[in-house]
Amino acid sequence: MNVKVTTIRTAAEAALIERFPALKAGLPGPAAPREQAFATFMASGLPNRRVEAWKYTDLRAAMREAAPLAPKPDAAQTTVALKGNSPLAGQGAVTLSFVNGYHVGTEGTVPSGVTIVPLAEALGSGHPLLARMGTLALAQGDTALALNTAFMTDGAVIHVAAGAEVDGPIALTFVTAGPSAIATAARVLMVVEAGAKVLLVESHEGQGKLAHQTNTAVEIIAGDGADVQHVRLGLNSEGAVALSTLTADLGAATSLTSVNVALTGAMVRHQVYARFSGGDARAQINGATLLQGQQHADSTLVVEHAAEPGGESRELFRTIIDDEASGVFQGKIIVQPHAQKTDGRMASNAVLLSQGAAMYNKPELEIFADDVACAHGATCGALDDELLFYLMSRGISKAEAEALMIESFVGAAIDDIAHEAIRDVLHGLVQEWLKVRAARINAGAGV
Amino acid sequence: MSRWRSLPEPTWARVSYPQIDFQDIYYYAAPKMNGAPKSLDEVDPAILDAYKKLGIPLREQEILAGVEPQNRVAVDAVFDSVSVVTTFRAELAKAGVIFCSISDALQEHPELVRKYIGSVVPVTDNYYATLNSAVFTDGSFVYIPKGVRCPMELSTYFRINEKNTGQFERTLIIAEEGSYVSYLEGCTAPQRDENQLHAAVVELVTMDDAEIKYSTVQNWYPGDANGRGGIYNFVTKRGDCRGKNSKISWTQVETGSAITWKYPSVILRGEGSRGEFYSIAVSNGMQQVDSGTKMIHLGKNTTSRIISKGISAGRSQNTYRGLVSAHRKATNARNFTNCDSLLIGNQCGAHTVPYIESKTSTATFEHEATTSKISEDQLFYCMQRGLTAEESTALIVNGFVKDVLQQLPMEFAVEAQKLISISLEGSVG
Amino acid sequence: MLEINNLHVKIAGEDKVILRSLTLKVAKGEVAAIMGPNGSGKSTLSYVIAGKPDYEVMDGEVLLDGVNILEMAPDERAAAGLFLAFQYPMEIPGVATMTFLKAAMNAQRKQRGQAELTTPEFIKRVNAAADLLGIPKDMLRRPLNVGFSGGEKKRMEILQMTLLEPKMSVMDETDSGLDIDALKIVAEGVNARRDPEHAFLVITHYQRLLDYIKPDTVHVMSRGRIVKTGGPELALELEANGYRDYQSAA
Repeated sequence: MNVKVTTIRTAAEAALIERFPALKAGLPGPAAPREQAFATFMASGLPNRRVEAWKYTDLRAAMREAAPLAPKPDAAQTTVALKGNSPLAGQGAVTLSFVNGYHVGTEGTVPSGVTIVPLAEALGSGHPLLARMGTLALAQGDTALALNTAFMTDGAVIHVAAGAEVDGPIALTFVTAGPSAIATAARVLMVVEAGAKVLLVESHEGQGKLAHQTNTAVEIIAGDGADVQHVRLGLNSEGAVALSTLTADLGAATSLTSVNVALTGAMVRHQVYARFSGGDARAQINGATLLQGQQHADSTLVVEHAAEPGGESRELFRTIIDDEASGVFQGKIIVQPHAQKTDGRMASNAVLLSQGAAMYNKPELEIFADDVACAHGATCGALDDELLFYLMSRGISKAEAEALMIESFVGAAIDDIAHEAIRDVLHGLVQEWLKVRAARINAGAGV
Repeated sequence: MSRWRSLPEPTWARVSYPQIDFQDIYYYAAPKMNGAPKSLDEVDPAILDAYKKLGIPLREQEILAGVEPQNRVAVDAVFDSVSVVTTFRAELAKAGVIFCSISDALQEHPELVRKYIGSVVPVTDNYYATLNSAVFTDGSFVYIPKGVRCPMELSTYFRINEKNTGQFERTLIIAEEGSYVSYLEGCTAPQRDENQLHAAVVELVTMDDAEIKYSTVQNWYPGDANGRGGIYNFVTKRGDCRGKNSKISWTQVETGSAITWKYPSVILRGEGSRGEFYSIAVSNGMQQVDSGTKMIHLGKNTTSRIISKGISAGRSQNTYRGLVSAHRKATNARNFTNCDSLLIGNQCGAHTVPYIESKTSTATFEHEATTSKISEDQLFYCMQRGLTAEESTALIVNGFVKDVLQQLPMEFAVEAQKLISISLEGSVG
Repeated sequence: MLEINNLHVKIAGEDKVILRSLTLKVAKGEVAAIMGPNGSGKSTLSYVIAGKPDYEVMDGEVLLDGVNILEMAPDERAAAGLFLAFQYPMEIPGVATMTFLKAAMNAQRKQRGQAELTTPEFIKRVNAAADLLGIPKDMLRRPLNVGFSGGEKKRMEILQMTLLEPKMSVMDETDSGLDIDALKIVAEGVNARRDPEHAFLVITHYQRLLDYIKPDTVHVMSRGRIVKTGGPELALELEANGYRDYQSAA
């Protein structure tokens, strides 16, 4: 009954297929994992709307052409790229800087209990921890992650020793810069041994309006009782197609907090794959997204409870959508048959600020165990008129009242970051976004 | 038909079944009777007996037996795709209501049928709708003229008797401006080892200020405990609120069928129109249910409400799948969705897959879903008061589904409540 | 009426033993009180008597009128005349209180081989009992215990006790969360049923309830066993001196 469909490759797909053999030879480490990952990509091609997981984000349409993979920048390019001041500069106890997907320098001191090896070096030397890279079955088959694996240029392998309470954040800054659109593929593997505590902060920054194609992946493997905090900031170039994937494999009684703040980029998609491999783990996974213009942002998340007791997961995604922008939330909680006592709660709330804005919510529950308490909620709508009126009746201007409401709405997703200074930086960025918006409205009103 | 042959079978639902050999199903099976039945007296007594066992409301049996009850219900009985009898036709005709089989309607009101059939569910809509359009044999036709409130509940009973039969009936209901009708649909089939296919199409059209309330109690044979036999229930149901302030309300109680795959939907085209979906889906044994609704908001100030209660027991899989969407022009659209699942036993699954798409800032969509199991403490509390484990479970489940049961006409609600209890028999260990 | 011999109980699936060699008798017509500090096993005892599945009886027996009820399901125990007033009555959404009451009364009647109550007879009985306990009619139409205050829930327990007519009632901290007026109403509900045919086991942390329900016997429970038995004066002594002496003694 099923009809065979002949695959027609798009220009971007054809270009990737044509370039891969030569690139693979020049990239560090063994070729086999790259080939395997590329085969995954070949099987599916660039995902389009007919692929369920990409229903609302048509990557094939967004990537009409495949930008060339960036070469390693020279010293002059690096200096220019790092000239801009990162909002999170100075927050890390140690900060690794990457330009166009290549490690270009390390500042600060690596805290005790932590070892960091640049990925290119680790791949070249056959670092033993690499055996644990790409092992989360839940994420296998994901096209974005497969493309990252096939083309990864550099990144970091981070090891946190058992019981280490790491003092100060480990910061990674990824800057994309250059005279023309480029593709980058950075990869981070962080193995946190039992009982250790660590905060990882990544900041992705792009300059100008170019349509860079960035694809980053961070893998976290947390041993029993580990406490991992993760913050990600997306400040891509205006035209960027930015894909990012976070995978988390959680041991027994671990705690994970991950907050993603997405602000710029033409089409950004952040994916989270979290698996509760050990019993009684806890995860708080948040997203704060503010969109304007024609931006499109997608938060896609799969949380699998696979051990007993099933643990507790909390997801909070807040999205603000202005102008003609569109937002996507796809979240799935899976509870495996034996993962009894799972307590999962997922919420996606979106506020649409303009008539042209759109939000697509798809919260899913997939439950095979009976002794669970799982729930999801999804709302979308305009700002509460009555509250707005109340604030305005107290003499606050409409723009300011809206800003107050938006700030507290989005702020709820940021507040789970325990590190005060970093939390303040992110709140500040939201306020900055709102100021720009207010200025735009005022300018518009003046015309 | 040729269009259908060229379509691939859809595979996206969370259901699994052996590929159906469509050549192996008789597309049209007239009930085994001597000549055309003019009254139910001629209906095989064995069929009536089976009716009784399968939980047809008592009142219905009285109607079939010729006893006139106080609250009358007009019945169109469809056996194996053929409409065998329609009661109260004359009386309905006095009010201007047309209630007959589609085949009669084609003879007597061809202009009405041609105008509306396929206008809500086009021939090319989906795989099973295409199959239905190609092979449908009969079904019910209802027409409520302008300003008429249908004087009685209308009801159709569907029943599959022949083995290896596919039932492909088609229902069309048209409510003209300011009219109202409540329509009940009951489905039963006796036990068979083979699977039978039910691929019906239901189309509803409401004009300005009209309302259609469509209720279904589906109790097709679910197969045995090992998943042998049972009905494949792949139905396309869609309503079109064409007129301003019109309303379509779907209520369904799904307890039977080996596989249920249906999404009664409402297209909210008319300004201020309203769509409702109330569903109870019970699965036990090896049953698979993938059901939900689509609320497509196209017009201004349209509202919709979805209440879905899924109960999974045994080794069954129960999925809610739904779409709520607001298009650019659907300003001030409102939706509220509540979707709860209850698990009984640790070998079943409950899944929720909602799609919520808003393309206008003035739309307000709220969706909430929960999954939980029957609380041991509630069970113990009820048992301490003297109820058995099964009685306690039934009581708690009935509380869980109450919001939906209330939407059914009284007699159907009582029947549905019993059906739910029967469906869950043996699920408490 | 109720006889508990050498009862040893632990939480099912765990090692934690909660009741140890507990022995207790409540005679026909007697009102016995069990007092004890938090964590002494009072609530566990009430649950084990009623048959809650979370516990494992390791040894001992519980006899109701000479019949060991430990092998019986909770509903069979209820039909045999046992009632437990819960410390935390369960909320059952969607089930109207009237529906629940009728289901429970008729289930017990069925098990006892009695005919079902007619609807007018049922309503008559409920109304009479509700009036006695000051329960407004609208409460009976609401889903069972859903949105009820603590005091309303406890009154609902006493209403059920009145309607189900048990011979042996176990009251688990019925006084907790009650204001003085509600406490009096609850006590009246119990006192109205005091006669030579009925027995009560009143579990409480404070002496306060016993001002209104005068016990014939007072047992002190600590660390899973009865450590002292006496008359009503024992309750007053505990009120004055606390449980300290018994906690160390046990």
